[in-house]
Amino acid sequence: MAVCVAVIAKENYPLYIRSIPTENELKFHYMVHTSLDVVDEKISAMGKALVDQRELYLGLLYPTEDYKVYGYVTNSKVKFVMVVDSSNTALRDNEIRSMFRKLHNSYTDVMCNPFYNPGDRIQSRAFDSMVTSMMIQVC
Amino acid sequence: MEAAAGGGCGSGPPLLLSEGEQQCYSELFARCAGAAGGGPGSGPPEAARAVPGAVTAAAGPVADLFRASQLPAETLHQITELCGAKRVGYFGPTQFYIALKLIAAAQSGLPVRIESLKCELPLPRFMMSKTDADTRFGNPAELHGAKVQIPYLITEKNTFKRMDDEDKQETQSPTMSPLASPPSSPPHYQRVPLSHGYSKLRSSTEQMHPAPYEARQPLVQPEGPSSGAAGAKPPRHQASLIRSFSVEREPHDNNSNYPDEPWRITEEQREYYVNQFRSLQPDPSSFISGSVAKNFFTKSKLSIPELSYIWELSDADCDGALTLPEFCAAFHLIVARKNGYPLPEGLPPTLQPEYLQAAFPKPKRECTLFDSYSESMPANQQPRDLNRMEKLSIKDMADFPVPAQDVTSDDKQEQNKTRLEQNKIRLALKSTADEALPKDMSEDPATSKDSNSLKARPRSRSYSSTSIEEAMKRGEDPPTPPPRPQKTHSRASSLDLNKVFQPSVPATKSGLLPPPPALPPRPCPSQSEQASEAEIHPQLNRAPSQAADSSPTKKDIPYSQPPSKPIRRKFRPENPAPENQEPSSTVGGPASAATGKPHTAVQKQSSKQKKAIQTAIRKNKEANAVLARLNSELQQQLKEVHQERIALENQLEQLRPVTVL
Repeated sequence: MAVCVAVIAKENYPLYIRSIPTENELKFHYMVHTSLDVVDEKISAMGKALVDQRELYLGLLYPTEDYKVYGYVTNSKVKFVMVVDSSNTALRDNEIRSMFRKLHNSYTDVMCNPFYNPGDRIQSRAFDSMVTSMMIQVC
Repeated sequence: MEAAAGGGCGSGPPLLLSEGEQQCYSELFARCAGAAGGGPGSGPPEAARAVPGAVTAAAGPVADLFRASQLPAETLHQITELCGAKRVGYFGPTQFYIALKLIAAAQSGLPVRIESLKCELPLPRFMMSKTDADTRFGNPAELHGAKVQIPYLITEKNTFKRMDDEDKQETQSPTMSPLASPPSSPPHYQRVPLSHGYSKLRSSTEQMHPAPYEARQPLVQPEGPSSGAAGAKPPRHQASLIRSFSVEREPHDNNSNYPDEPWRITEEQREYYVNQFRSLQPDPSSFISGSVAKNFFTKSKLSIPELSYIWELSDADCDGALTLPEFCAAFHLIVARKNGYPLPEGLPPTLQPEYLQAAFPKPKRECTLFDSYSESMPANQQPRDLNRMEKLSIKDMADFPVPAQDVTSDDKQEQNKTRLEQNKIRLALKSTADEALPKDMSEDPATSKDSNSLKARPRSRSYSSTSIEEAMKRGEDPPTPPPRPQKTHSRASSLDLNKVFQPSVPATKSGLLPPPPALPPRPCPSQSEQASEAEIHPQLNRAPSQAADSSPTKKDIPYSQPPSKPIRRKFRPENPAPENQEPSSTVGGPASAATGKPHTAVQKQSSKQKKAIQTAIRKNKEANAVLARLNSELQQQLKEVHQERIALENQLEQLRPVTVL
């Protein structure tokens, strides 16, 4: 499953970022940060005319030796970035898509809460539990 | 001592007290009397007897002491009778000593009789309570023992009320009185309430349900089941704070499957919530939007993250709006939170929307309504209401999905079912925090939620009003709420939205919302035709900056038929100059034409309605003035724009190459 999940706002600051507790969590943060460039690249590559047809799921942003980074952008330019372990070969694209869909739904629910101001950090417990369910670790 | 005791008693045999007993009793008596401020109690009994009013143990501490003896209420009642306190009306030292002796007898298992007084008995035992106020009592042997805080059992509503009333020290809930309306004891604590309380205790020992008390007022409670008397202790500490999770559940809870008492909504609370809902949203089957609810709940002064969490819990379908059951759940959670309950991890089953809809089909009752959302009131409501809830037969629902499913209309059943499944799944996800959930399990709610969300989000919820809701709505209409005294609104109802939303005919808040009879700015052409000629001149005079010549306006009158905007557009190509004046006249004309109408209307009205009409006229005039001002400003802007346009056109002309061919 995912090793790190991040929700990035339109202005490219994190609304929510969570990774499995390892000794070097900062590495994941860094990977997410660098992947934002790739996301922007993919978005702009579509062109203005295709903005309606642009798919939300961006797919594999870039693979590293140990990890793969997947991206997903909403229509309001909120980005979801997910880092998964490369050794988890059983993870298919469909599964990643479904995980992003869940993320998106939970994010929408968070947005529906009138007490949530867009741009705040996401502190919803429901969202947390959903992300936890996605980040279950065998170890 | 004996003689005195015998003399004081008057009817029973002489009281034989051993040394130890004498010491203990006098100490206890001193505490009782001293704590009540009745003066030194350990004086010689004769002196005490001589001055009945001076040295008497007050009822409150005595009652508590007796309850601390862990004897059943009946026994205590008997004891009080026997010792003569009832007869003489107060607990003098003799009565007190006799009572203590009888308590010792009862605790030893002997029958409570005057004859028991003759026996050699051990000292009566009293469980000590931990609070500062209550440390006066205690068996010397056990004084330092049992400081354990055991969550404890309170009896049901009646007892509770009596104890509340008897608790003279507790002043946390001044507004309790409306609910304690039946024989509420007088503030002076005479023997009558004491025995009254005992009788109530006796009558209500069947129903006990667990309810722990707040940590800051811990009480040591006997673990024995026969602690009906013990149940009376809490009122001293004003059971306003009941926590759900630290309870040791009583096995026999006649309320079926839901041990989470604080999360039940009682009838009165429900009434209150429904009324608040209606103040925000007149239609009970519709929903409150997020922003409205946000403003409302923000008044409760909880922190935003907490409110956010409460919203998350209560908005079951996550659509950013609250239906009535969701609103009740949210309100209830807020009330609970304000009373110090920690928020649950998941929405309790009794607060689920389906459960709420099913459990409260018939809302209206003749109960008092609380209009001021004061903190103490819901606090006081809760324990009492919780107790009262036990009695309601609604609680016989064994399984909450069942009534929901039975009740909901067939076409919405699927939706509700999926929602129930979602809820179950969500609850399972939340409460167990089981990370080993299989992936398909976790995906299920996502997919089902997707499908449901697709269905549910486009506001189909307003039509999912089940038959229960409709019945509720119908049921709610006939009994109108009792008139509320407009007290100081301390919280959520401080903004009396009823007033805000009521269309007040005679007086509008500002001239910005003119009532229908007054003035659409562009009426239909016929009216403007008729009145414009007559009114156009005075209107022109009124229009401040754009007073036009009479001749161009007269010419323009026939053109004023269509609304003013097309007029302007029409005339722009023709002539820029009169344009400026013309729109003002046309706009002013319709305005004045409409003002002519109310004037004629006044003549037709009877004198009785003149006042209303005159106020309406005043309003209309104000509206007129505002509109005229607006008008003039717009005209000014229009003028400027036209000038700009002219300038630009000139420039264009100049720049265009002069190729005339």
